[in-house]
Amino acid sequence: MFQSRGSVGIVDKPFSRQGKQEVALSSFSYLFGEVVQYCQSRVSNIGELERKLDEVGYGVGLRLLEVLCYRERAQRRETRLLDMLKFVHSTLWKYLFGRQARDLEQSNTAEDEYMISDSDLFVTKYVSVPREMGHFNPAAFVAGVVRGVLEGAGFPARVTAHYVPVKDQARPKTVILMKFQHYSAIMQREQRIPG
Amino acid sequence: MEMINAEIFTLTYGSMVRQLIADHEDVEEVNAQLDKMGFSIGQRLIDEYLAKSKTQRCSDFRETADRIAKVGFKMFLNTTATVANWNAEGTECSLILEDNPLTDFVELPEQLGALKYSNLLCGVIRGALEMVNMDVECAFVRDVLRGDDVYEIRLKLLSSSTEAYPFKDDD
Repeated sequence: MFQSRGSVGIVDKPFSRQGKQEVALSSFSYLFGEVVQYCQSRVSNIGELERKLDEVGYGVGLRLLEVLCYRERAQRRETRLLDMLKFVHSTLWKYLFGRQARDLEQSNTAEDEYMISDSDLFVTKYVSVPREMGHFNPAAFVAGVVRGVLEGAGFPARVTAHYVPVKDQARPKTVILMKFQHYSAIMQREQRIPG
Repeated sequence: MEMINAEIFTLTYGSMVRQLIADHEDVEEVNAQLDKMGFSIGQRLIDEYLAKSKTQRCSDFRETADRIAKVGFKMFLNTTATVANWNAEGTECSLILEDNPLTDFVELPEQLGALKYSNLLCGVIRGALEMVNMDVECAFVRDVLRGDDVYEIRLKLLSSSTEAYPFKDDD
């Protein structure tokens, strides 16, 4: 599809700085603000805006899965659902936010739904949602990243981000809801894995 | 300054450029869009720069270019640039960047040879300088993604004016 032009392909270059390079939070915030503004100019309602942000996050997630599996997990990618969820909850979150996520829980109502919750994600630190936009959640970008990671690993899911108010806390926490598709097929696949 | 992992920044920028390419058919339109986005970022970034670096007014263009390369790039991208290739009047110079955090992991395919991937940076510099009353032209002349060995931004001062107060003293 796309032909590479360089003599040294991108995959042959060494991972020189091993993920330790840092950049100012404000640079990311400016960039994210521009991304949201750009998406806003091309859509007509909130649902589409969240979907556009999810698309942007999806591309990031797919590539993050490769980088993280190569670097952190000794080049092994998780194949079981629960291990994958733990990977998202600890390794991915630690890479993105410097700490593990607050909670990982399974929904009471449906067995194919899981939730990861956290508060004060830096992604949305400088984004304020006007009242006219209702329940729009810019953490749809984070949901897209998680969706990219899960789908890249073979667990297709619909991932969305929601605000849930918490007692004794001024700001609501963000809940990333993951609804796995073909859950029974995934469970059957796991049964077939030995060990 | 709060710092985050640079790779998220790089990957988000890449994802954004991918969206732009998918939405626009013409590569030149993507370049223009990147420049426009950079411009509005620059207009806001200058406030943060001035607040955090607590610098006095730059005396001339040379100092401006030097500050951008040493302080500005360091503050926001955690990398430094060098200033070189001044012209005789001191109104044009080049900023040379060895590594560019926007382009880690990036390879340009043949079809997108005309894409100025890091054009956002040019817009940022232009926008920031406009808010301090300096009109500049800013463009990439050498780009590692297109086969060169460093990134070179050519910075040209068009005009600079003194502060214009928005009110008249007589009223």
